[in-house]
Amino acid sequence: MDGFGSDFSSGAGSGKMDTGTIMEQVKVQIAVANAQELLQRMTDKCFKKCIGKPGGTLDNSEQVTVMPVYFICRLMGWYMKCNFKPQIRCTFEHANVMLWDWVMLTDIFVCLLQKCIAMCMDRYMDAWNTVSRAYNSRLQRERARI
Amino acid sequence: LDGRVFIYASENAEASELQMMIAVEQQKAQFEAQVHTFTDVCWDKCMDKPSSKLNSRTDTCLASCVERFIDTTLTITNRFTHMVQKGGMH
Repeated sequence: MDGFGSDFSSGAGSGKMDTGTIMEQVKVQIAVANAQELLQRMTDKCFKKCIGKPGGTLDNSEQVTVMPVYFICRLMGWYMKCNFKPQIRCTFEHANVMLWDWVMLTDIFVCLLQKCIAMCMDRYMDAWNTVSRAYNSRLQRERARI
Repeated sequence: LDGRVFIYASENAEASELQMMIAVEQQKAQFEAQVHTFTDVCWDKCMDKPSSKLNSRTDTCLASCVERFIDTTLTITNRFTHMVQKGGMH
């Protein structure tokens, strides 16, 4: 069938296209574009929030409390590990090797960074919903005026 | 989605119903695109630290931001139209 738009080509056979199939494809395309837009903006905002400046995920109070604990634990052979399910948590696990390994300092930063990003994502979704409600109510008010 | 759909429908009624349904989806998509823009701008204005839960103050700030943004857009549009009508644009 020549002249068909390639976006909405269904299987071969009859020339008549199913309305339901077309609408499904339209909705999927819109949903995908919407998700891409959301992720792109969310990534931009949360990158700026969480990686704003060097070592920016730790504020002063966290540095004072977390670092000594970390060093003591490392002395005793406990390594910091990050779990993602069911929630992001930083825990210590024991290893048989005791090392002064300065590279391990990145454990804390990575874990807290991931927490920051996860919190930021939740806040962004909340903000999006608030904005959506505000815009919707404004539109309703404008229509009511007409 | 630019709305160009090539249809081989045997009945015209079905084709126009389909185009109406697609127009509805497009309108929803336009709404969502606007929400993305507003959220982007108002996030910068209203959010400071991401740590705390979304409290009511931030909520109010976001809602006000949307209203002011729309007011600004309308003001600019109206004024611009006025300027064009007066023949001030060369």
